[in-house]
Amino acid sequence: MASSYLSKSKHMIMQSLKSKKVLMSIIMRHTSFVTNSQFCRPFHIQNYADSSVALSRSFGSIYCERRLHTATSVSNKITKELAVNMYTNMVTLQVMDTIFYEAQRQGRISFYLTTIGEEAINIASAAALNINDFIFPQYREPGVLLWRGFSLQEFANQVFGNKYDYGKGRQMPIHYGSKKLNYITVASTVATQIPHAVGAAYSMKMDKQYSCTVTYFGDGGSSTVNYKLINNFIFVIFLFILLKTLLQGDFHAALNFAAVMEAPVIFFCRNNGWAISTPINDQLRSDGIVVRGKAYGVPSIRVDGNDALAVYSAVNDARKMAIEQQTPVLIEALTYRAGHHSTSDDSTKYRPVDEIEWWRADQNPVTRFRKWIETKGWWSDETESEHRSNIRKQLSQAIQAAERVEKPPVADMFNDVYDVPPKNLSEQEALLRKTIKKHIHEYQSDVPM
Amino acid sequence: MLRIIKQKISSRGLSAPVIGGYTHRLSPVASTIRHFSSAIKEMLVRDALNSALDEEMAADSSVFIMGEEVGEYQGAYKITKGLLDKYGPERVVDTPITEAGFTGIGVGAAYHGLKPVIEFMTFNFSMQAMDHIINSAAKSNYMSAGQINVPIVFRGPNGAAAGVSSQHSQCYGAWFGTVPGLKVLVPYSSEDARGLLKAAIRDPDPVVFLENELLYGESFPVSAEVLDSSFCLPIGKAKIERKGKDITITAYSKMVGYALKAAEILEKDGINAEVINLRSIRPLDRATINASVRKTNRLVTVEEGFPQHGVGAEICATVVEDSFEYLDAPVERIAGADVPTPYAANLERFAFPQIEDIVRAAKRACYRSVSTAATA
Repeated sequence: MASSYLSKSKHMIMQSLKSKKVLMSIIMRHTSFVTNSQFCRPFHIQNYADSSVALSRSFGSIYCERRLHTATSVSNKITKELAVNMYTNMVTLQVMDTIFYEAQRQGRISFYLTTIGEEAINIASAAALNINDFIFPQYREPGVLLWRGFSLQEFANQVFGNKYDYGKGRQMPIHYGSKKLNYITVASTVATQIPHAVGAAYSMKMDKQYSCTVTYFGDGGSSTVNYKLINNFIFVIFLFILLKTLLQGDFHAALNFAAVMEAPVIFFCRNNGWAISTPINDQLRSDGIVVRGKAYGVPSIRVDGNDALAVYSAVNDARKMAIEQQTPVLIEALTYRAGHHSTSDDSTKYRPVDEIEWWRADQNPVTRFRKWIETKGWWSDETESEHRSNIRKQLSQAIQAAERVEKPPVADMFNDVYDVPPKNLSEQEALLRKTIKKHIHEYQSDVPM
Repeated sequence: MLRIIKQKISSRGLSAPVIGGYTHRLSPVASTIRHFSSAIKEMLVRDALNSALDEEMAADSSVFIMGEEVGEYQGAYKITKGLLDKYGPERVVDTPITEAGFTGIGVGAAYHGLKPVIEFMTFNFSMQAMDHIINSAAKSNYMSAGQINVPIVFRGPNGAAAGVSSQHSQCYGAWFGTVPGLKVLVPYSSEDARGLLKAAIRDPDPVVFLENELLYGESFPVSAEVLDSSFCLPIGKAKIERKGKDITITAYSKMVGYALKAAEILEKDGINAEVINLRSIRPLDRATINASVRKTNRLVTVEEGFPQHGVGAEICATVVEDSFEYLDAPVERIAGADVPTPYAANLERFAFPQIEDIVRAAKRACYRSVSTAATA
């Protein structure tokens, strides 16, 4: 019996977590296991850490279950350069999140949203994609931008909303966007990016472009309907979908149509267990998200989202499959939102602190990957502390610089509403400038004109 | 010259819409031709829209149509007839019944550079897709600081048809008209339909194109210029359908026809009405409206939609702001009744403005006593 989350006792929370674990173990039983994975063994939570990668494709064809990869096959593909690159980006993301979060707490920025616990999903999926793949993010995927080359200074400019912000100071913090890096500007609306990605894929298909789109969403967003019409494109449209978006109608139409149109789209669901304060048990009672893909005829895969190599491998293979077989693919990455939903949230109010701590410790994707690259001899404690202090220094410089830069000028308030500014807005701007000049003492001196 | 022709037409007993439709719009030369030869072409609004879509799709391969029943069924109202056969299923896309879904897809396609024309079976169903229209289309150019532009057109019938009741009869002109980032167009005649749809498709901003189901079957004369494939009307310019000097009547969509008929009736009582066809709710052609009011000093606004926060309210406010000293009488607002539209034919008739309502309002504004006869 579901009780209101407000009155949820710790007992209840543990119950639902246990039931999730039970759910997980049931799932495990039905999937093929990667038994000889060398990087799975050290972890004591067997049922979760051994989450296998199994691909099931129905839709009139033979139900097949095959191992997508084993640890050995994955690690053969990962070069030292790629692994170190991935790891350093994961660390950068982690440090960036911590420092910007602190900056919000100090009142220097108004809002921030961390990706703590989901670094592997961010970086590893980005690493498996091509720069020409169009990304339709939800909001917990700045790592993809980071991987593609967005600088720390550019991130800082956006969260401070200064004149160098590519959004001209119009959006809340973390609403990054970059046309150059093929990353659609983050919108606050949940799951609307899912049908957008399908439409963009359709456009790519019409242009016969060799690319795809990718959209990310979470557990809550999977209720939305999203149409991705990506055909004939080597570029896969990649959707990052939060679990919470899954209850939105957009998700359903999107998956359905993508399957019908045989569009090469990757729907990437970050099942992190929480939609703000709604636990997964209150969100859905199906076997996660992966069965929904199957219901729509979309080949679906479930992967351990805290295992960077698994995510890399899954996205890599999904992309190849999507392009070569002209099919959408749904990836459900199981993970945990180790941070609060955002700076406006205190998750200790609805979940036990030791649960959070457990996930931040052994299950931490950054720690897990670090262990792997250290066994390979590609990383050490010295390089770790050097990199971390380097990033911290860069970040504090970026923040100080961004803070000092002036805010966007008044002209940026009235342009871009339409392609060509209409007469009434030009008149309003002129009137505003006249008013400011007349009552200059009533306006802040730092308002640039 | 026009009056002579008008008298001749009246004496021939031609049907009212035809008279109202073209007498006051065509140049004298054209109306003469109507009499003495058959060189003037008549075109249904439906055909005007179809030809506009056809020509724009032929000219630009990134234009594509998406909606329910637009392909195999040839369009719920046959607006997209023949286009599937001509352009194929990739450019005329039949969708499942999910406005939120296919509107989102259309917006995404526009993000990436295509030019979708999304058809809503009626704009009442656009409410299911409202988030995508407003938050994903209208605001995107601004929120992304120009990085994402959305050259999309949302079109379909708006307002009342006949006997379709409350969930199929609402007018959305005022709703969409409030949103910065959108352009809202309301064609009346075939010329409007062709010119404005072409302009909408070519426009880089998101455009809401509000048609009217009852107008689809009406035919209007069109000149050779209108039939040319490069014909285009400017967005944001209203049209003065009938010049007058005593009172200004503004209207859009079907109500333009009613206003023109009302103007005929008022003419008999010696009131010379100027009828403005708005053509565009956003941007509203305040200059034309104000210039007209400054000339006539009296205003009646006519719309089918609900009265509160309607288009007439905005026109009234703009006239009060810019031309207050020129007004000789309070502005009269004619709008639909403040009730969800009923179904029964008699009740439905009461729920929407009729020609008599416009005539009586005009007379009130001119400080003439209201006729007690049942029909004006």
